[in-house]
Amino acid sequence: MNALLEVLVSALIVIGGVFLLVGSWGMLRLPELMSRLHAPTKATTLGVGSVLLGSIIWFARVDGVPSIHELLITLFLFLSAPITAHFLAKAYMHVHVDAETRLPRPGEHGWSTYDAAPGKGDEQVGEG
Amino acid sequence: MIDHALDFGLAAVSLALLLNLWSLFRGPTTMDRVLAVDTMVINVIALIVLFGIREGSMLYFEAALLFAMFGFVSTVAYCRFVLRGNIIE
Repeated sequence: MNALLEVLVSALIVIGGVFLLVGSWGMLRLPELMSRLHAPTKATTLGVGSVLLGSIIWFARVDGVPSIHELLITLFLFLSAPITAHFLAKAYMHVHVDAETRLPRPGEHGWSTYDAAPGKGDEQVGEG
Repeated sequence: MIDHALDFGLAAVSLALLLNLWSLFRGPTTMDRVLAVDTMVINVIALIVLFGIREGSMLYFEAALLFAMFGFVSTVAYCRFVLRGNIIE
């Protein structure tokens, strides 16, 4: 049983290391920021999640009780990675992307990032 | 067996950190550099956790949790600074 757990933890650590490496390499290889966002946000998060899972199993074997710290780190990373990527993409679009030429035409209310929200007053005017 | 896996993991994460450092210097835009720093934070968390397994101590997880929180907050602060020109309005 112990040997099996050790093999499992070793495999998780190796998989995590490979995914972290692939994520960082992808960030170097891909051409511009909007495609570069894919590599760190997906591959790297999966890699660190795999390492943390290995750590949970390892310390559960050593102490007999699974610890909650790694679970907290995993939860926090999995929650914060999409928010970070969204924020980065939004800041990049505002600084570097011309909304007129590079984005498809929006509907009647425009893009929520660039244009003001349709106000309540406008709706009432429209209904009236 | 776990020792060899830890050696491999630590080497892979260190190489990933070097690649991140390269893309941090290369840029070319500010957001590319912010993304590189954010990825470095995630790699450092993995490094701390692997080191904790090697040392057999659970103290390192507190450091990793703090690192995760500060990394997230600093990335959001950078993006907000680029977007709005200041952080707390």
